This record gives sequence, C-alpha cells and structure tokens, in this order.
Amino acid sequence: MTKTGNILKVAFRALGRNKLRSLLTALGIIIGVACVVATIGIGEGARTQSENQLKSLGTNFLMIYPGTMTSSGARSGFGSNSKLSELDVDAIREEVSSVIYVSGTIRTVAQVIYGNQNWSTSIQGGEVDWPLIRSWNVDQGQFFTDADNRAAAKVCVLGMTIVTNLFGDEDPIGKMIRIKNIPFRVVGVLESKGGSMMGQDQDDTVIAPYQTVRKKLMGTTAVGGILASAASNDMVTRAQEEISALLRQRHKINKGTGQDDDFMIRSQTEMLQQAEDQSKTMSMLLWSIAGVSLLVGGIGIMNIMLVSVTERTREIGVRMAIGAKGGDIRAQFLVEAVVLAITGGVLGIALGVGIQRAVAYYAHWPVLVSTNSVSLAFLFSALIGVTFGFYPALKASRLDPIEALRYE
Amino acid sequence: MSEAVIRIADLTRVYKMGETEVRALDGISIDVGKGEFVAVMGPSGSGKSTLMNIVGCLDRPTAGSYFLDGVDVSSLGRDQRAEIRNAKIGFVFQNFNLLSRTSALENVELPLLYLSKGGMSDKEATERARTCLARVGLADRWDHTQAQLSGGQQQRVAIARSLVNDPAILLADEPTGNLDSKTSEEVMAIFQELNDEGRTVVLITHEPDIAEFAKRIVSFRDGKIVADVPVARRRRAARAVAAGGAK
Repeated sequence: MTKTGNILKVAFRALGRNKLRSLLTALGIIIGVACVVATIGIGEGARTQSENQLKSLGTNFLMIYPGTMTSSGARSGFGSNSKLSELDVDAIREEVSSVIYVSGTIRTVAQVIYGNQNWSTSIQGGEVDWPLIRSWNVDQGQFFTDADNRAAAKVCVLGMTIVTNLFGDEDPIGKMIRIKNIPFRVVGVLESKGGSMMGQDQDDTVIAPYQTVRKKLMGTTAVGGILASAASNDMVTRAQEEISALLRQRHKINKGTGQDDDFMIRSQTEMLQQAEDQSKTMSMLLWSIAGVSLLVGGIGIMNIMLVSVTERTREIGVRMAIGAKGGDIRAQFLVEAVVLAITGGVLGIALGVGIQRAVAYYAHWPVLVSTNSVSLAFLFSALIGVTFGFYPALKASRLDPIEALRYE
Repeated sequence: MSEAVIRIADLTRVYKMGETEVRALDGISIDVGKGEFVAVMGPSGSGKSTLMNIVGCLDRPTAGSYFLDGVDVSSLGRDQRAEIRNAKIGFVFQNFNLLSRTSALENVELPLLYLSKGGMSDKEATERARTCLARVGLADRWDHTQAQLSGGQQQRVAIARSLVNDPAILLADEPTGNLDSKTSEEVMAIFQELNDEGRTVVLITHEPDIAEFAKRIVSFRDGKIVADVPVARRRRAARAVAAGGAK
C-alpha cells in the first residue's frame, strides 16, 4: 500500500465524516477563489468589451465638447453653455490638416411616431462626415447629403432598434415618420451596432441633418459638440493639440493668464483609459474581498484542523504507537488541510466562472475564462491549505504518544 | 532460558511533578527470554504502566539500560523509537484502539503503512493482513468496521494488527480489562496459542486469574519488583472456554 495513496484516502475519509463542517470550513476559500476567478474574468471581459466598443465609436475618434466657463467669477459646470459655434466646425474643417472628417453634432430626446406606433428616443443631428467618423455604415437606403444638411431637409436615418419598434417587418425606406409633429422622410437605416460602453443601446437613435435638428427641432444656435477623425492613429495627439490651439485662438483664451478652456477634447485613447480606470476600481474592490475572504477562509481551516487534531488525539496516539513518525502525522494533517483548501478552491472556481458568466450575460460582455486565473486560484488555495494547515499539523506531530493514547 | 528479548538493568524512571519527584520505577532489572509469557502485576501506581511505556519504546528511562532484541533502545530519539515500535513491538490495548469507521482489514494493515525500510505492495499488505485476521479467527469479518464487531472481536482485530509486522514481542496492556470473563478467556486463548508458537508475550494486568494464563508472574509495588515467580498451576484458556467460561 503506498503511503501517499493512503494519506489521501485518510484525508478524504476524515473530511467526508463531517461533510457539512468541511463545506462550511471551505466556504471562505470558496468565496475567495470565486472572487479571484470572477475578478480576473470580469476584468478581462470588460476590457475587451470596452476596447471593442471604443473601436466601434470610430477610428481615431476625437470628441470636442463645450466645457466649463467662468462668468463673473462663477464657474459653471460642464457643457452648461456652449461656446462652440458652427464657425468653429468650419474652422477645424479648413485649418486643421491632421483631421480628415469633421461633423457638428447636437442631440435631443423626442417622441417618434409612425402610424399608430410611438417610441421615445434620442435624435442626433450630424453632418455628412458623421457615419465616416463613427465608422457606422448604412444598411439600407443611404445617408443624407450635404445639400440636405444645408437646406435643413426633413430627412432622417434610423437605428435598427427604431426600425424594429416602429416598423416591425415593414420596409421603412421612403416612409414618413413624425418627430415633434414634424414629418420626416426615412432615407436610410444604419447597421446594428449593439450596446455601448455604458450599456446603452446605440441602435436606439435617429440621425437627422445637423441643421434640421438645430433649427426645426431645437431652435438653438449652439453646437452640441464636434466629432472629428484624425487622419491616422499617430495623428490623434497632434490633431488634439492643433484643435486646442485653434479653438483657444478663436475663443481668445490665453492659457498663460490661467484662463480655463471653454471646451474639452476627448480622444478614444483617453476614453479607453477611463474605462480601464473604472474596471480597475472594480477589480481592486473584488481583489480586496478576495483577499479578506481567503484570509478568513484560511483561519477557518486552521480552526477546524485544530479541532480535528484534538478530536483525533487517540487516533494519533494509536498511529504513533504502531510506528508512525512525527513526519507521517504531520503529512497526514497537512494533506487534509490542503485537500480541504483545494476542494474549496475547485468549488470556488466553479462558482467564480458561474458569476462571471452571469455578469457577462447581463452586461453583454464576452466570457473569457482564462486558464491563468483558474490555475492561479488553484495554486492560491493549495498555498492557503499549506500555510494554515501547517501549525495544526505540527501540533499533531508533536503529541506525546502516551498522553495521546490516554486521551478521552 | 534462551537469549533475552528484553534485557533491563537498573532501570529508573523519575517524573517531576512540580517540586516533588516521583520514582515510578526504582532501579529494576529484569530479563525476558524468547518465547516467554510474562504477566506483570501490581496495584495502580506500582509502576507497571511506566514499565509498559518504556518496554513499548513510548517512553525513555531516566537511568539504566534497556536492550530490546539485542538493540540498546534506551537512548533513541523519537523517530528511531517509532521505527523500533513499528518493527519489533506489537501493541494490544485495553480499549482496543481500532480506528473507527475503518474496516478490520484496513486496521490490521495500518502498521504496514509506516514501514521504515521500503513499503510493500498493496497486494502483499492485504495478503499479510488477511493471514493475520485468519490467525485470530476473523477471516470472514475483514470488511466489518469497529461498530459492527463485538468487544472480543475488536480485541482480536487488535491482536491481528499487533502481529502483522511480525514483532519481537507482543505487549498487551490490560487486554481483557474491557471484556467479560468468557470473552477474556477467548482472547487469552489466542495469546496462549501465539505463545505456543514461540511468540514472546508481555501481559500487563491487575487480575490474578488472568495472570495465571501466563508462564511467569512479575509483581510490582512502589516502583520495585517484589516477586518474580513461575506460574505453578498454569491455566489453559482454551480449556476454560471449552468448559463454558466457568472459573
């Protein structure tokens, strides 16, 4: 009979004798390991997802928002009063060579009606470069033209969600829909793009010419924002700097005197960074839960192993009397602690993968179960078993056989 | 008397209890030859348990020498004593000390797990354990656990366990203390048979009628040997069993 085989058998039998107790003991490890696995998985899923979504925003994408402004010493919040104008859009188009596409945008929320169906959605105004900047192709029909924009024509392009909700199976091209009681002709349908980084349905939108939305739907002169595409990936930073310089010059902002910019430029890279920061915060939280849980789990294992050593003092005495050395006893209890921890680890991995799948399902993230995280979790739990099982095992191995045999 | 399996000379064991010293064994000398059947008797506190611990290599003497099967074991360390216990001593305890929820066969195999010089194959271990179980008449009970065995059967499993490593001595500490008189005689019959086959048996007991199954009685009092006599009218346990357990 091999020693290792028997030690394993004895360990499993001892744990099986108190199934509920073993399970409760392993619970700390289960939760800790589940956290580790879920953290890594969710983190990776979220990162992949936000990368994909940011790519879906468009290539070399830049977004210029109206920023905070100071008037009479009071600083108003972000976007409170747009200083961006159509002339700024034109200036960027003409003067910034590192930018290839530019489009003013504006956004409002309105009810869209077709026949007896209605749907509240966001109405975005854009110029002809808009689909190029967003890398968003037209699926049916076509995008509106520059002439449509200049004439503030009442035409629009629909997102897939709108089509589904208003038209069902009907072909929407050429149909008239009503936005704020103004009839718009549907000229195109955008291909489906899915959820955004924040979980919004990007297809739940109507795109109309910028001038149309501004004049007919909102009656304002302010530009909601400017979208732009840098000529290449290397040009993004340069484009950002050139646009900043141009807008400061146009808005007469002197950085030297500590004046705030009245606009903000965000690049795709920055948004990616922000998304990563967010998932990092989430990860830190989960890692700390995992850490605490593993620690508590380890202490639980130590506790139960100490109880087990006491309960089995007689058994230890018998084993010693018939020739078990200190090392044999130590190995036996250590293996038991490790088996307990690893069992917890395996259950934890299963639970962690489950959590990850659930989160991925609800957040529409890709499921990535990395072998790394699983093996890391496995290793972690074994390490905890050894660390916290060592003292009880040592205690068992140091028992005096005479005392142990006499123990009641 | 042939060669001595146990040779003890001037053996002293002193326990320190706070300030006071207790001389549990006070300079005893005794030889036990191969094939002997010695009963160690004495009231509680006479030192017989201390002797059994030292003879069983569970404890070390404070002074004096102890040769077991020709080896000086009085100054060995913990692990070395464990090896000696495994190889040379077969323990039988008053309360059987079988592992619970473990089959008789696995209990008997247990000492083979701790062989110091190379393990043996599973098959070989099982074979030896079965032979020993058959020796105590429990061949058909090999898969019974402690709870499924009577007291006498449990003690027979324990005897099988003590035999499995073919030890130099069988060391039985009050083996009948938890058994009724009929079962006691059955168990003693096994010891007598084993002794007839040439095994050396050291039996520790406080019951005079059990001691009479041995060939020699050594009596202790206050840590000293007060009598060491051969048994004049040795009882045969097998005969007592046959007579229906009558004393």
